[in-house]
Amino acid sequence: MDLDRGRRGFLKAGGALALVGALPVTLMELAFAKAAETFSFAFIADAHIQNIRGNEFVRNWDRGLIRAVAETNLLSPMPDFVVFGGDLAELGSRAELDHGAEILSALRPKLYGVIGECDYYLDLGEYWSKLFGAQWYSFDHKGVHFVVVNSVLTDDDWTHNRWPTPERRMREMALTDNPNGSPLMVGEKQRAWLAEDLKKVDRKTPVVVLSHAPLQKIYRGWNFWTEDADEVQALLKPFERVVVIYGHVHQIQYNQIANISFHSAMATSRPLPYPRSYAQAADTLPKLVVPMNRADPFFERDGTGWQFVNLATGRADVYYNLYNNGPRNVAFNPATSRPEDTTYQSVDPHPLPQQQY
Amino acid sequence: MLAVAVILASNVVAADEFSQEDMQRWQAQFQSVVQTGRSLWVDPKLGGNGVTCAQCHPNAANTHPETYPKFQKQIGRVVLLWEMIDWCLRNPLEGKPLAADDPNMIALQAYITNERRGVPLDPGKH
Repeated sequence: MDLDRGRRGFLKAGGALALVGALPVTLMELAFAKAAETFSFAFIADAHIQNIRGNEFVRNWDRGLIRAVAETNLLSPMPDFVVFGGDLAELGSRAELDHGAEILSALRPKLYGVIGECDYYLDLGEYWSKLFGAQWYSFDHKGVHFVVVNSVLTDDDWTHNRWPTPERRMREMALTDNPNGSPLMVGEKQRAWLAEDLKKVDRKTPVVVLSHAPLQKIYRGWNFWTEDADEVQALLKPFERVVVIYGHVHQIQYNQIANISFHSAMATSRPLPYPRSYAQAADTLPKLVVPMNRADPFFERDGTGWQFVNLATGRADVYYNLYNNGPRNVAFNPATSRPEDTTYQSVDPHPLPQQQY
Repeated sequence: MLAVAVILASNVVAADEFSQEDMQRWQAQFQSVVQTGRSLWVDPKLGGNGVTCAQCHPNAANTHPETYPKFQKQIGRVVLLWEMIDWCLRNPLEGKPLAADDPNMIALQAYITNERRGVPLDPGKH
């Protein structure tokens, strides 16, 4: 499918086509061999709504989510549904989840929720579940099998015995570079559920896994990590085409492991540096990733945004809309059997803003 | 007379003499200020809105202390690291800036530079 035509077709008339690049949208369009099964969905993640006191919230993060919701609502045709990819709250409080849910409630399409660690560790997902439903589940939509997982569980002892209060536990898990942190995981119980769930899915059916954590082992120091990634990937191995979309990392990442294409989502709130920019750590990001531009903090939305994806024949084609930069497009390349940046993968040297980390 | 001179000489402090013990003591002083800097790095009360440095800069990544002084395009002149820290305190953290010699500002810079140890100086780099 022609991406340009697809993008323009999705915007309501009334503005110049030049607005296409200035109107970021997270949209997953699934286009399979059968045209009747083509559809789109939006993916918004990592809002990190943060309560200051009383009814005051950090305006910066609020604006990021408000913008993503407003732009998603401008899509025409309307996406079939929207996925929120986790970390709606910063510290898991009811005030934050309520404020975030209120902003999300403006979305016209149906909303599916994926839980993040910043939603989970205050009350172990109790209030999240009241607002958004189950923490892991699956659904079928127009010939595609979707699986949603809670990939932010951790060791039982850390979860239940280590910290004196739930508030303390939440703060410890919310701290990205915490030396007292604990690696995220899907866990045995969910893996058993997943194995059972996938039994009824044909090998040729495209599978899309919606997760907060990467379902890979990327950088342990900042919990860009899934401790049981190997086991989860093994459960997905029998399927011809699998795509994993994940949030959590607040930056552009992509990877191919066997039959699974991985694509990260941008955060609406704030970017995170690439792990290579921490001098005391080894660079562990997949080598093929062409980074997003280093964000300019003077533009508070720089380095934030969202993306939309065409899944043609079960392969992902991700269009990243960066608020203050040119768009980026990462698509599956059949010649190399992996996702690649369609503009910059072979450009050498990379433009300066992509190098200066 | 000679004996007195010897006694007097041995009471003079020799400024160029320092031992491993001295260096360890001074390093410990420095590390304690680094630790203070780390505490401030994750402290929601550093700014005015609960946002912490660590939320955007885990392990002080992407602060590039080795490039200062440099022309900071967004400020419009050559600045030192502490001035950029103040920009962050005033803007995303919506708080009050710190003076250059404020113990907390010194601690923040100690933490930032310690996390960046080993990286060669590159003053002026954007």
